[in-house]
Amino acid sequence: MNEESGKVKRFLYINRRAPYGSIYALESLEVVLIGAAFEQDVSVMFLDDGVYQLKKGQDTTGIGMKNFSPTYKALGDYDINKIYVEKESLEERGLTTDDLLNLTWEDEDDDYEEKPSIRVLSRTDLTDVLENQDVILNF
Amino acid sequence: MPILHTVNKTPFERNSLQRCLSMASDGSSVLLIEDGALGAVAGTSMESVVSAAVGRLKIFVLGPDLAARGMDEARVIAGIGVVDYGGFVDLAAEHSTVQAWL
Amino acid sequence: MKFAILVNEGPYQHQAADSAYQFTRAALERGHEIYRVFFYHDGVNNGTRLATPPQDDRHITTLWSELADEHGLDLVVCVAAAQRRGVVDEDEMKRNGKDANNIAPGFRISGLGQLIEAGIQADRTMVFGD
Repeated sequence: MNEESGKVKRFLYINRRAPYGSIYALESLEVVLIGAAFEQDVSVMFLDDGVYQLKKGQDTTGIGMKNFSPTYKALGDYDINKIYVEKESLEERGLTTDDLLNLTWEDEDDDYEEKPSIRVLSRTDLTDVLENQDVILNF
Repeated sequence: MPILHTVNKTPFERNSLQRCLSMASDGSSVLLIEDGALGAVAGTSMESVVSAAVGRLKIFVLGPDLAARGMDEARVIAGIGVVDYGGFVDLAAEHSTVQAWL
Repeated sequence: MKFAILVNEGPYQHQAADSAYQFTRAALERGHEIYRVFFYHDGVNNGTRLATPPQDDRHITTLWSELADEHGLDLVVCVAAAQRRGVVDEDEMKRNGKDANNIAPGFRISGLGQLIEAGIQADRTMVFGD
């Protein structure tokens, strides 16, 4: 796969929808995880209602759907540690970082120290992130 | 090379156009397609927001989507270019990446 | 230029499938290459041969099949999304114990890796969705 082409592209996955009201959150996460095997330079961005995907304490028993939020914790295991959450989107929704899942990754260059994967940035900073990508997928 | 942004919803249905304009860097291009083409029409409550972005951004609208919705090109906000699908392809080729705001 | 096309919505429900088709056709007319068209989410429903839309309007699946045939396009339906929504080829029919299959000519079912690979190999990736 990657070894043949040698190409490493900057992939950005943008999420703007809340979970469960539609399948976009779940199925986009599936793309991110499958894509991890291709060793590209991956960033995942949560804007607008997308920030709700990372809300901790999701209990779906009453709606009869599978709670897939634990799957976000696997991102770190696949070296996906550039998880951007927009500050303004959180504020508009009355959320803080305390409301979000604790997503971490182990930095093998730093004695496998566990570090947070979520980076809360302003819209202005995220605009810079957006500008520096090769492939941008929206769902 | 700058980015090409596409927006496919009206600014009345969804915040995608507003979101796009707030995250499109100076000099990048925006193409309004599908229902999003209606955001290019003058005389709406969103006209000033879109007009303000003309100049800073290169804004285009997909002509076939306007025509489908009964909008004459004469009603398009000044400074917005009208392109067809071939023009859409050219815009995609001329920009480094495409960001589809849904 | 090589394009990868991602279609996230089913035929008729949203304009995405039409926009993707029109873009793909225009790109081919301009001499560009379409590396792959990948169908995800409800987009997999573009790949059923069982649709019978009214005769006085476009037949979206047939348009894709014909374009694929004319230009040798690779139309790929995501296997996971297809399983969820019941778009089935012969292999999937046997694998999952179904009594029928419905994949349209020119489409094949494969994994999400095909989408990522298309993104890596193409010069531009276009997303059409809701």
